[in-house]
Amino acid sequence: MIVAEQKPLEEIRSLTGDAKRVLVVGCGTCVTVCFAGGAREAAIVTASLRMASKIDGHEKAVTEATVQRQCEWEYLDEIAEQVRHADLVLSLGCGVGVQALAERYPDAVVVPGLNTTFMGLPLEQGVWAERCAACGQCILGLTGGVCPIARCSKQLLNGPCGGSSKGKCEVNPEIDCAWQMIYDKLKSQNRLHLIMEITPPKDWRTSRDGGPRKIVREDLRLPVAGKV
Amino acid sequence: MESEVGSLKLNIVAFCCHYCAYAAADLAGSLRLQYPPSVRVVKLPCTGKLDVLLVLDAFEHGADGVMVAGCMEGDCHYQLGNLNAKRRVRYVSKLLKEIGLEPERVRMYNMSSAMAKQWAEAVTEMDETVRRLGPSPLRKADCAGHT
Repeated sequence: MIVAEQKPLEEIRSLTGDAKRVLVVGCGTCVTVCFAGGAREAAIVTASLRMASKIDGHEKAVTEATVQRQCEWEYLDEIAEQVRHADLVLSLGCGVGVQALAERYPDAVVVPGLNTTFMGLPLEQGVWAERCAACGQCILGLTGGVCPIARCSKQLLNGPCGGSSKGKCEVNPEIDCAWQMIYDKLKSQNRLHLIMEITPPKDWRTSRDGGPRKIVREDLRLPVAGKV
Repeated sequence: MESEVGSLKLNIVAFCCHYCAYAAADLAGSLRLQYPPSVRVVKLPCTGKLDVLLVLDAFEHGADGVMVAGCMEGDCHYQLGNLNAKRRVRYVSKLLKEIGLEPERVRMYNMSSAMAKQWAEAVTEMDETVRRLGPSPLRKADCAGHT
């Protein structure tokens, strides 16, 4: 899932500026399960903004709406009326949700209420950890299911480095050394020969090289009238 | 003569656990113990039911203070409900500060069903704290808006 954190209320208040009518839009998918921008969090931010603006003497009319998925335009149509009546839209979606809202409603002023942090998983209630960096060329098949791009602080392909000590990373002793984990996993599966293979420098063209990425699936595209 | 602050009519909402604080408040009544009339009790099945939004709602609708009263730590009828509430109260206290309200306006208490005296003392303490802080700025803003 995409993991995000709510911005401090002070920053959110500064982003909402002088707007009198603010619509807080939550998202019912990733940021709901990481407790950053779901319906509940939207209600908390809405109440907080209402109260804070009342106390400082510049009362705002703050309302809320939560859509199933903020990152798909179709789900945004149901809040068209509410967006139209708002001076400003505070999105509690991830960065994709904020942009989807801004693209779907070009006239609306859309600001983010969250900092989108990483793609990861919950380790336990209240703790999330990064697992994928979306590099565009997955090598997990060679590394025992542990990603050295997302989980090795130096993104090494032929680790570990000299900073690995007792299974921990020199960057932060709380970080597990990804290459220690890779070694342990491959060893336990009798696949240690994989670690002996030298991996050439990574082809980063699938990552951020060349600008924003796009996937086009011709088999899934809808036919356009007049074209075969 | 009663001071202006001393005569303030305060609204304190007490979210009480059914198994302990609510019973303690009931016992305090049976024992005819005196405590400030500013408190309004809302019974919860367990303080673990407490939601941050419940507390914010109370403040938004005119509460000057909120107390959350659960079982003694380690004695929760549902094992960990009061400890969950403790963390939520801490969170909401931080949130109140960000909103512009004093964080002391919300507080967690722990007591057993037999602790009627402690209930009366807790309400008295909360009443004194809130009286010292004065009415919630949200109520003041309301009054200003109507005049």
